[in-house]
Amino acid sequence: MNRSTKILRYVLRRLMQGIPIIIAIIVLNFFLLNMAEGDAVDVLAGEAGSATPEYMAELRAKFGLDQPLPVQLMVYLKNVALLDLGYSFRHDMPVAQLILDRFWPTLLLMTCTILTAVGFGILLGLLAAINLNTWKDTAISIFALITYATPLFWVGLMMIVVFSINLGWFPTSGMENIAAFYEGWDRVWDIAHHLVLPTITLSLFYLALYTRMMRASMLEQYGQDYVVTAKAKGLTERRITFVHVLRNALLPVVTMAGVQVGALIGGSVIVESVFAWPGLGMLAFESLFARDLNLLLGIFMISSVLVVVVNLIVDVIYSFLDPRIEVA
Amino acid sequence: MSDTTSQKLLDIQNLSILLPDGADRRYAVEDISIDLSPGETLCIVGESGSGKSLTARAVMGLLPGPKVRVGDGAINFLGEDTTKVTPERLRDIRGNEISMIFQEPMTALNPVMRIGDQIDEIFRFHVSMPAKERAARALQLLTDVNLPDPAGIMRAYPHELSGGQRQRAMIAMALALEPKILIADEPTTALDVTTQAQILKLIKELQQQHHTGVLFITHDFGVVADIADRVAVMQYGKLVEMGTVHEVLNAPQHPYTKGLIAAIPKLKPRAAREQSKESVLSAHGVRKTFGSTGGFSLFGKKDRVVHAVNDVSIEVHRGETLGIVGESGSGKSTMARCLIRLMDIDDGEIYVGDQEISKLDRKHMRPHRRRLQMVFQDPFASLNPRIRVGQIIAQGPILQGVDKEEANKRAKELISIVGLEESAFDRFPHEFSGGQRQRIGIARALALEPDILIADEPVSALDVSIQAQILELLDKIRKQMNLSMVFITHDLRVAAQVCDRVAVMQYGKVVEIGPTAELFGDPQHDYTKALLAAIPGKDWQTEDVA
Amino acid sequence: MSFWKRFARNRQAVLGMFILALVILMALFAGAFYPDDPFRLAGKPLAPPGTSGFLLGSDSLGRDVASGIAHGAKTSIMIGLVATVAAVFIGVIFGALSGYYGGKIDDALMRVTEMFQTIPSFVFAILLVAIMKPSIESIVIAITVVSWPGVARLVRGEFLALKNREFVQACHTLGMGDIQIMLREILPNCVSPIIVVGSLMVATAILIESGLAFLGLGDPNIMSWGFQIGAGRTMLRSAWWVCTFPGIAILVTVLAINLVGEGLNDALNPRLRERQ
Repeated sequence: MNRSTKILRYVLRRLMQGIPIIIAIIVLNFFLLNMAEGDAVDVLAGEAGSATPEYMAELRAKFGLDQPLPVQLMVYLKNVALLDLGYSFRHDMPVAQLILDRFWPTLLLMTCTILTAVGFGILLGLLAAINLNTWKDTAISIFALITYATPLFWVGLMMIVVFSINLGWFPTSGMENIAAFYEGWDRVWDIAHHLVLPTITLSLFYLALYTRMMRASMLEQYGQDYVVTAKAKGLTERRITFVHVLRNALLPVVTMAGVQVGALIGGSVIVESVFAWPGLGMLAFESLFARDLNLLLGIFMISSVLVVVVNLIVDVIYSFLDPRIEVA
Repeated sequence: MSDTTSQKLLDIQNLSILLPDGADRRYAVEDISIDLSPGETLCIVGESGSGKSLTARAVMGLLPGPKVRVGDGAINFLGEDTTKVTPERLRDIRGNEISMIFQEPMTALNPVMRIGDQIDEIFRFHVSMPAKERAARALQLLTDVNLPDPAGIMRAYPHELSGGQRQRAMIAMALALEPKILIADEPTTALDVTTQAQILKLIKELQQQHHTGVLFITHDFGVVADIADRVAVMQYGKLVEMGTVHEVLNAPQHPYTKGLIAAIPKLKPRAAREQSKESVLSAHGVRKTFGSTGGFSLFGKKDRVVHAVNDVSIEVHRGETLGIVGESGSGKSTMARCLIRLMDIDDGEIYVGDQEISKLDRKHMRPHRRRLQMVFQDPFASLNPRIRVGQIIAQGPILQGVDKEEANKRAKELISIVGLEESAFDRFPHEFSGGQRQRIGIARALALEPDILIADEPVSALDVSIQAQILELLDKIRKQMNLSMVFITHDLRVAAQVCDRVAVMQYGKVVEIGPTAELFGDPQHDYTKALLAAIPGKDWQTEDVA
Repeated sequence: MSFWKRFARNRQAVLGMFILALVILMALFAGAFYPDDPFRLAGKPLAPPGTSGFLLGSDSLGRDVASGIAHGAKTSIMIGLVATVAAVFIGVIFGALSGYYGGKIDDALMRVTEMFQTIPSFVFAILLVAIMKPSIESIVIAITVVSWPGVARLVRGEFLALKNREFVQACHTLGMGDIQIMLREILPNCVSPIIVVGSLMVATAILIESGLAFLGLGDPNIMSWGFQIGAGRTMLRSAWWVCTFPGIAILVTVLAINLVGEGLNDALNPRLRERQ
């Protein structure tokens, strides 16, 4: 069996392992829904009272709320499997549709953030480790220490004060200038322009995290026996750092990048609500104010699924980096 | 002196290596002078902390600087002082003219790089050669070190090889450019005895082919006897004695060397003692398997099952020491843990006296615990660092219901029986050396006044001089207390010295069992023969005995 | 060398300890300096720092920003500590049982922690507080619920490694019971990593609390830094100080705790440090 089929089987197996977790999350969701005040239909209908009593009764029957809990759970699971996450009366739209609409801005923001944070984090950590105990290392370490302690929403607000209000370089909010009706590359440019501040804001914390990890990981790897072997072979410092140490040092950072995806989604709730970025996080913030709990639960579920998928991707990347992982 | 220097490959003169401030001594290595000629093997022998490894590393400029550095002296490699050459020249020498192999080939190889690529680097950085030729050379090297399927090993990662194979690959890499000097830093210490013998043979053969000077660092005089032309003995950073292998091993001059050699267990089976017929511990058809059982797997991965102990029966008589010998993975340690009920057995019976214990639950097992006690291998892991020595020893009797004051009094007695000062009672384990900790471990086991002591490699983590003291202590208390012992070891010399009978284990089975003298003198099973043949320095020992 | 000597050698850690002491003092004496309710309208709205008797200015309703920061310190420290202690308590119990006994208990617990690692913890905290209605209790519960799996994993790992150590096996051969082995033999040997992780968790808890308060999920009756920033964000253009100073308070506090945590780590694991 060649390596690509092995990888394919590995991906399938990991997918299978993701399924119980997703089911567990759906079950958790169901219980959270039941924990809320009133029965699920009250929650589903929202507290605005916009649903008529007849419709509520119809909903109760549909969800089988007169049935015992396990039956309700099965019905709930079936609905979720059919991508029926209920209806948002606030937005007058099915929850699934609403989430789908807001999914892409979040995905864009997250992709940019991960690339920025991991990329620059690795770079800065590498720089700090190579220039250990010099002013470069100190500067990078202090920068990481401070950004690691800064609340995201505050960074966002300060960014707006400095770069939008005072300097006027970037727009304060939104994803694009809708009034301008840009098309083609102009639109891409416009979105990119709006994307800068949210991406930097969301990246900073993780950037700091990966910088610190990368630095520590490099230093740890420098102390390993195989580095002595490499020196004894007469290799140059460059070769030892960039070929031997770097690849080994990357492994824990890549693992961490996977673990942090869930936290990143949490951060995007804050960043999107600061910059009015029309993604899932913003939607979550809106539903919080509207007390649209069902929508919030839907977002929670979808973001969890997203994490499972991203973790899978990270695992596959990892299996390429570390031959010790059994993919067969 | 200068004209002899020119013929030497390596001439280390008055070398001192500084330790960082605040270390227990100022110099790791102090004022040593040694030399090496082409085709010669010089062994540097010493116990841990003697500075032998640092000396070897200093030759290649591989000291763990900046704190540990050469303070004084010169290391002349063909007339060139490697402590003074430019970093570029030093890189040129490393791997090309002087190569090195290490103790632990698993960590010494880059885990995420293919073996072929790791060998290839040597060529890339020292000679210009087309990629195809480099690959062909690497393949040839792997063939030369007798690795099976060299082409497959080129593509393999280190974790896919066995310990012996990895060390062969390391050797292939080190000899890639036919260096003038090979530095071998305890290259066989992490390997089993039969593998060790093969690797030593390989080094010897390759050395003869290429006329390489070998600087061989070891703590094992048996290995020295097998491989050395000349020997340098180090203690606390100083060179105490140097001479030909014959001089040093058979007529040592310095008291330290004399002591070391005297401490080596003789490969002469102990005299048979009168045997009691009373059985104190017996096992019948014991089985223990390991393997991933259950677990959630949709694709139904095949579970790997290891038969660690496979139908083993043994019997220990009162006052007798039964040795269980074997290499790593033979199941000897698992057997020990089954006997003492640290592991539940899958099948079989274990009797202490006439009490079957293998099926007892914890509550019913507790009263029988007293009769069986264990001494562990690792003196650093076997004592809880957070508990005072007195408590460690008194704990057992207190758990068995002995009055606390009585137990403390007994603990103090035991502390002096095992040869420690009474003040040890209130101190923590980290304040003691490895040998002293092992004494504490023995005292803990004795506190319960057991009938049977199970000793799992009790001396293999210790330096040879400490080893002898601990073995002596064990022998003394065995006599005093009429103990029976099960002695697990990989070291046949130790087994010959302490055991009345020996069981040889391989792949979870006892392949041969018998009185020590018979088994050593006339082994029946092929594996026993192979093990005995692989003991390092056996010829030197038989000369010595004869 | 004693623990405190090693700790004191680390200048960053000492600085962190100093700042942290100041923050704690501020929290303790908030009532003495600002005896009035921080929600009280103290004077002219949107007064810049240093004017109208406001050290750090006032917000759009004329509330004193400085008073809010002093009282907010109490909230942050308290929530951080209580949530951490609760999370460590739960985490140690689950981690210890899982690591020590292994098998089915371990399997079940690992599934749960795996799930917790997968679900976005901050979103989960938002959900929990939203469902339970914002209050100081619900916030503490939410932070605890999202924090304990980390401790459990750590403790499980430590127990898993330590239970096969020879000194624990020796205890089995002496006939010691499980509870005693866990509490007296193993647990004292994993106190150091628990302290380090716990100290860093306080910092994380403070960040989560401020994030929740910023989104409007704080206890409406209790002043909090996150609430101040959330309330001030609409006036960002005209009154920068309302958001800036509470943010600095969070930053400095969290930074100080992180420095102390790292100092503890270095002082408790001296070997790790020497290797570098």
